[in-house]
Amino acid sequence: MDLVVINLIDGLFYGLLLFMLSSGLTLIFSMMGVLNFAHASFYMLGAYFAYQISQYIGFWPGLLFAPILVGIGGALIERYGLRRVHQYGHVPELIFTFGLALLIEELVKFFWGNNLMPYREPEILKFVLFSVGSNAVPAYKIFMIFTSMAIFLALLYVLTRTRIGMIIQAALSFPRTVEALGHNVPLVFMGVFGVGTALAGVAGVLAGPVLGTFPGMAFVLGSIVFVTIVIGGLGSLWGALVASLLLGWLTTFAASSSFAFSTLLEGIGMVRPEDMDESMLRDLWTLTLPQIGPILPYILMILILVLRPYGLFGKRDV
Amino acid sequence: MLKMTRLGVAAALALSVSATAVFAENIKIAFIDPLSGPFATTGTNGLAEYQFAADYFVNQKGGVGGRNFEIVGFDNKMDGKESLINLQVAIDQGVHYVVQGNSSGIAHAITDAVNKHNKRNPDSRVLFLNYSAVDPALTNEACNFWHFRFDANADIKMDALTDVIAANADIKKVYVIGQDYSFGKAVADAAVKMLGEKRSDVEIVGNELHPIGKVKDFTPYARKIVASGADAVITGNWGSDMVGLGKAIIEAGFTGPIYTYYAASNGITGTFGEAGVGKINLVSEGSLNPSANADVDAYVDAFEAKFPDHDIAQPRIANVVRMLAMAIEKAGDADDVVAVAKALEGMEADNFWGGKLMMRPQDHQIIQDVYVMQQAAGVKHKLDNSDYGLETAVKVENASADIATTCQMERP
Repeated sequence: MDLVVINLIDGLFYGLLLFMLSSGLTLIFSMMGVLNFAHASFYMLGAYFAYQISQYIGFWPGLLFAPILVGIGGALIERYGLRRVHQYGHVPELIFTFGLALLIEELVKFFWGNNLMPYREPEILKFVLFSVGSNAVPAYKIFMIFTSMAIFLALLYVLTRTRIGMIIQAALSFPRTVEALGHNVPLVFMGVFGVGTALAGVAGVLAGPVLGTFPGMAFVLGSIVFVTIVIGGLGSLWGALVASLLLGWLTTFAASSSFAFSTLLEGIGMVRPEDMDESMLRDLWTLTLPQIGPILPYILMILILVLRPYGLFGKRDV
Repeated sequence: MLKMTRLGVAAALALSVSATAVFAENIKIAFIDPLSGPFATTGTNGLAEYQFAADYFVNQKGGVGGRNFEIVGFDNKMDGKESLINLQVAIDQGVHYVVQGNSSGIAHAITDAVNKHNKRNPDSRVLFLNYSAVDPALTNEACNFWHFRFDANADIKMDALTDVIAANADIKKVYVIGQDYSFGKAVADAAVKMLGEKRSDVEIVGNELHPIGKVKDFTPYARKIVASGADAVITGNWGSDMVGLGKAIIEAGFTGPIYTYYAASNGITGTFGEAGVGKINLVSEGSLNPSANADVDAYVDAFEAKFPDHDIAQPRIANVVRMLAMAIEKAGDADDVVAVAKALEGMEADNFWGGKLMMRPQDHQIIQDVYVMQQAAGVKHKLDNSDYGLETAVKVENASADIATTCQMERP
């Protein structure tokens, strides 16, 4: 029971981290139809910027300034890079963001090297908030959970309750009409791209101390973010939230379970062979759920694509 | 203009001629390891250690028989095929000595290729000095006369580690976790087998593999470890998998020791920081803290001064260079690799890091002191430019000197 509770908390933590990444990505996609391959790279930049800032003036200024820097960088890349490529269609855009991801990774290696960075949580949050059984829950994780929840609520408020949100939503479906009404739609796009990348930056700042700050961090998380928005439905903020939490709990529970596939085989009446080398199913006999836990999201994505191609909450096809 | 070009060509020719004249004197050692890509940190660090050791132990003392050591770096991109191409290029350049260490898979490919090459080309034979690939098979069923291993192999290290665990009466439950590939499995199998032999009362409360390089958040694994009531954890993880796992375990409230193979340097020590103190244990050779004598201190300080971004992460590299120089001196001719190999075989020498070295003649596995070290603050020789380093907790003298081997090598 203790393990279930602690896994719920851990899954929530991981799910919300995924959400901060996928919300930006899905916003950018719904706006401009661009699948931003470099999105996870902005997450990495957030972590590295925050680390660098924390070296001089501490963690908290890093939490504030690093995402702003990342957002400004993202907006500039949209203004001077993506917008120029946009007129040539989607494939050049994809290739542009793909190249950008490689470029950012190499730049990070160039400036900070291949080593892990000793980026750590602030001292003030370095204590055990409470324990479930013998398992400790660090205060930093709870702080992270609340921060990302706050970001989600703020985002939801801006998008649905404010004038800017209305213009953004209108520009989403009828960009030409909105333009005709005198709104600067390219500026809106640039802003959305900047905010989306800044959100990824926030995720990086918060996750860097927990998941490690190293040049491979974008690559490790990059694929799973795409899986999230495909499952949630491209362009849907609620979909991103639900899919993130779903994946968070799915991977957490899979990794901490001790389910072995041999029990399944025995359940259907098969007998464990004496000599494993001879058995056709030897891989299945020795396989456990934690071993394949990290690939479950991809299996889920394929199922979703087959059964419900527009995702859980999406309105359009992938 | 034309005159200028002619002059330039002549100058370049003259330079290249004189350059080859100088290089012909050098004893070239090919360093084949990853110098780019995700594993470049380990590779570039190793190359720096080799270059420094060659200068320090050989070139600054006038070389061996008047000839200097020259380390030639080859980037194998952590790929077997690439390594074999590198090997061929090195042989074509007249190299007689090859050093490699990262990944036992690549070491297998190289030792096999070297063996075949030496059979077919008796006049351009090469020696393979393996400084880090720890798969026991390399000095057992896959051994050959041309391969020498300067690191303690995985079984020797696990032997030392399980000795320490066996001697600690507080440890009653052990959790084994590792990456899902050959090395991770080898570590797990050795741990289970040796613990069973030494302390049958120790319970293995978990034996688990996770996908290599795919896990984003290790927290669920850590939760299970804590919930299992384990007193100690054994893992062969390296790189970001090591950091992720270690941090998650410590954050989950685990207070016992975590026994590892590779949890130091390359940013790992610095990242663990205070949290790793007393918890992260590492089995390795060559103790820096405490150091054996003032020579060691002088060497480490000189290295750190020359390469501030690198660490002495693989102390054995100093022994590779020293023992090769001694063997060449004894053989009298660096180009006669059979004589050098015979001199290396069974060679006994002082270990630069303290204790003795013995290259076992029957399988070419070096026997040396193995240490179980602990992350500690305020030590003399620190890692990663942080305040932390490794401090020896237990020393196992001449570890596993009598370990059995199935090696049957053909000698020329």
